[in-house]
Amino acid sequence: MKPPLFRYEAPRTLRDAVAVLASDSDAMVLAGGQSLVPAMNFRVATPSLLVDIQHVEGLKGIAIEGDTIVIKAMTRHRELELHPEVRRVNPLIAETMQHVAHVPIRNRGTVVGSLCHADPSAEMPLLFVLLDGTLVATGLAGTRQIPAADFFQSFLTTARRQDEIVVEARLPVLPAGAGFAFDEVTRRHGDFALVGIGCVLSLDGSGRAQNVRLAACGISDRPVRLKAAETALTGTLLAASDLAAAAHASADAVTQTDDMNTSMSYRRRVLSGLLQRLVRIAAGRARAGNRQ
Amino acid sequence: MKRAAIRPSIPERSEDPRVEVSLTVNGQPVKRTVSVRMLLSDFLRHELGLTGTHVGCEHGVCGCCTVHIDGKAGRSCLTLAVQANGCNIRTIEDVAAENGALHPVQQAFKECHALQCGFCTPGMVMNVLSRFEEREPLDLSENGIRDLLSGNLCRCTGYINIIAAVRRAAELLGRA
Repeated sequence: MKPPLFRYEAPRTLRDAVAVLASDSDAMVLAGGQSLVPAMNFRVATPSLLVDIQHVEGLKGIAIEGDTIVIKAMTRHRELELHPEVRRVNPLIAETMQHVAHVPIRNRGTVVGSLCHADPSAEMPLLFVLLDGTLVATGLAGTRQIPAADFFQSFLTTARRQDEIVVEARLPVLPAGAGFAFDEVTRRHGDFALVGIGCVLSLDGSGRAQNVRLAACGISDRPVRLKAAETALTGTLLAASDLAAAAHASADAVTQTDDMNTSMSYRRRVLSGLLQRLVRIAAGRARAGNRQ
Repeated sequence: MKRAAIRPSIPERSEDPRVEVSLTVNGQPVKRTVSVRMLLSDFLRHELGLTGTHVGCEHGVCGCCTVHIDGKAGRSCLTLAVQANGCNIRTIEDVAAENGALHPVQQAFKECHALQCGFCTPGMVMNVLSRFEEREPLDLSENGIRDLLSGNLCRCTGYINIIAAVRRAAELLGRA
């Protein structure tokens, strides 16, 4: 329950951080440490070198630039959760973050760190896949943007290259009048989700669903969009039969086999129930939004 | 029959890379040279003798090691001492007044009998205190308090009296 030996560097500039990271193929980036340090205490992670980026210039803060929320690498979960302007332009973020571990963990853990850790049951990767977020990574070859849909590749595996540091993550604001909802089923509050779902949708003048987005975590080796369910709901009046059809269409998205937490068939049942409930909540909020 | 000698296999000297850390702990500047892999919890307990911070699970689940890092509750077992370089740390030892008078959160725990063995109490108090000091709206319904306490495990009380203590602390602090 103590971390194994490693070397430690705390560079001050991004250039130095990338150089030191590139110098060792077993180096890992340390930000808030709320996933990495427990993994090291368990000796599941045994990096030879930790590159602590907390003192690197230019990696702090949140900015809203037009329709984009820019979250710098050292932004702690709790900062984003409590940011008043972010709450206004994208209330789904704070709603989702209530489910990310506990407040003392959210005080330390970073949003970008959670994305780079890429636990398939985690909430923040789901949110980025749901909203088509973008990650910005800087490495020896320069800076590139990676769409969230391409970033999460498998269990704890991302498109980040060894020499790259994800310097910021971007999420869009919610479209005006959009309804939204997030919820999950866990064994205990604060645990990783057995199944979690996020939903965003709009309603046209006649109450038909438009721009339906659904994504789930906990059901596969990465967060996934529930595209079959999105297609099934688009253009419908979201009657009970439409919701049931969408839930049925999403069953195949569950590929996580039975594990120590629960069974595949239970995950399918939870996905179905959650999906129908959350679409109803999102639709209710869209109706309330349209009336304003 | 020859018996194997019993002797420790612990090396005399640690080969760990060492690093100097300077931080403020309970208002006092502190400077030490420690192993890079020393956890903040071990730093507080072994380097500074501040054993009020308890170590339960060492992987962020039990909450016993909760301290304030730059004014916010955090797990000292999930923070390396070197990560706290330059930070302001507050531990349970700094919560009661110098004359021994309990802080209202501690007073509430005492009045409500919110502890039995007391192992989890420092972490509970530091977590609850941080939420009262945060100035964000607090949900003091039973569900809200259970949510507030959900990152701290207690094996004795069944939580009922701890929930009552949070409510009582809110009264004592004029937040009810």
